[in-house]
Amino acid sequence: MNIPNLQKQRIVEYLKQGKRFDGRKPEEYRKIEIRTGISNKAEGSASVKFGETEVYAGVKLDVMTPYPDSQDAGVFITSAELNPMASAEFESGPPRIEAIELGRIIDRGIRESGFIDFKKLCIKEGEKVWSVALDIYAINDAGNLMDVANLASLIALANTKMLKYNEKEEKVEHGELTKESLPLNKEAMSFNITVHKIRNVFVLDPTSEEQEISDSRISFAVCSNKNKIRISSIQKGKEGALTAEEIGKILNLVEDKWKEMSPQILKYVWDKE
Amino acid sequence: MTPKKEKDTEEKTESKYKKRVDGRKFDELRPVEAKIGVIPEADGSAMYKSGNTIALAAVFGPRTLHPQHMQNPKTGILRVNYDMMTFSVSERKKPGPNRRSQEISKVIEWALAPCIDLSEFPNSVVDVFIEIPQADAGTRVAGINAASMALAHAGIPMKEIASAIAVGKLDKSLVVDLSKEEEDYAEGEGATDIPVCYLSRSKKISLIQLDGKISSEELKQALELGKKACEEIYKIQVKALKEIKE
Repeated sequence: MNIPNLQKQRIVEYLKQGKRFDGRKPEEYRKIEIRTGISNKAEGSASVKFGETEVYAGVKLDVMTPYPDSQDAGVFITSAELNPMASAEFESGPPRIEAIELGRIIDRGIRESGFIDFKKLCIKEGEKVWSVALDIYAINDAGNLMDVANLASLIALANTKMLKYNEKEEKVEHGELTKESLPLNKEAMSFNITVHKIRNVFVLDPTSEEQEISDSRISFAVCSNKNKIRISSIQKGKEGALTAEEIGKILNLVEDKWKEMSPQILKYVWDKE
Repeated sequence: MTPKKEKDTEEKTESKYKKRVDGRKFDELRPVEAKIGVIPEADGSAMYKSGNTIALAAVFGPRTLHPQHMQNPKTGILRVNYDMMTFSVSERKKPGPNRRSQEISKVIEWALAPCIDLSEFPNSVVDVFIEIPQADAGTRVAGINAASMALAHAGIPMKEIASAIAVGKLDKSLVVDLSKEEEDYAEGEGATDIPVCYLSRSKKISLIQLDGKISSEELKQALELGKKACEEIYKIQVKALKEIKE
């Protein structure tokens, strides 16, 4: 994306005064909109919008033989596609580094937090385990896909119903949902917060333009732990390096933001219509 | 089947398919929803929902065509990319294009090409991306209907609108807008699936495919049925386009 110098300067000038083009404060999010069940063929699915940025996430289950190093645990596979439908910047073809990184960050945030109870996804040790495939599609990219994709994934997983498993024939009945939910540890659910540093200002939920001109970004997957936060994944991106002091400041910002947003986010994930 | 019945002419035996599973009349479409502007980053976009099948379409362009050797100095070209989301079907589809999606992309491209005039845009391309988040048969025709609206929304010079429907023959009965359950009908002569695309002004057919078995007489009837359904869809498309608020 090519941002004219004049526009860059303006964005920075505005931020120095604590303002943004769309009227938000630097740490303010856009309006969040949630839709669940966007595909009735998925075992769980959701669309999440932050402003105009929209992401679809869907979960499909299957049964497979476990990996040799974890004979008694289910398998989790995440893949993300930056669909050329979502932005003139994206091209057709195999996933590029941006899509690969996005998928991997979402994957780590969910896997490492312990959100999914993998032990409960074992059907027969060493022989049959459930596999959980989470697929993420960018529908419209107006900035901050990472955080939008994370929330869409959490909601899709929270809405996932198990498929019927035929014990006799040892096979899964595709298309036949049970009432049982995917085994999840509610408390471990980790929300992704990405902070962008534009010159000396920390910005949350960036637009495409802000994201493009930022010097560095750092993402945290966080959940509540007593009165503090627990971090289950971090990714620093872009060329700008950060001082330890800056990371400290960012952590405080993330902690405050999670405290402010968590009641609403938890509602989005767990309240079923 | 007894030998006696085999001797009967086709007209005499009655079709085993008498009532549709979802209670529709034979010439009745599934409930349709059409919405414009669902993807703000695109130059034009639309959603077309027919029963449980959903298609999203986004249009970008006219923009410079890469790779350069594909450029045509006389006119712009249309490029269609159709794909299904991994979770749009019962058993997860592998991500990325396959033979089926590539063939469908091409036939949709041929179905839409006669509608538009890109002669004012040499060396450029108009890209159409179609995604299916939820599939219950008729995804290519839903894709065409969405793409046609998205092209109009993008302001691409258009001579006419493309409207498409899948006509089916279930045993001996002709019906429109097959659902997946109907597509899998196996009794009697089984199911024949005939996706067709009609152009609104010239009334020409820009897409026709067929899977199954049908007589030439029945095919003619099927085309007539398809034409009527497409006229109905055209009205829905025009209505949605008139409702754009921007």
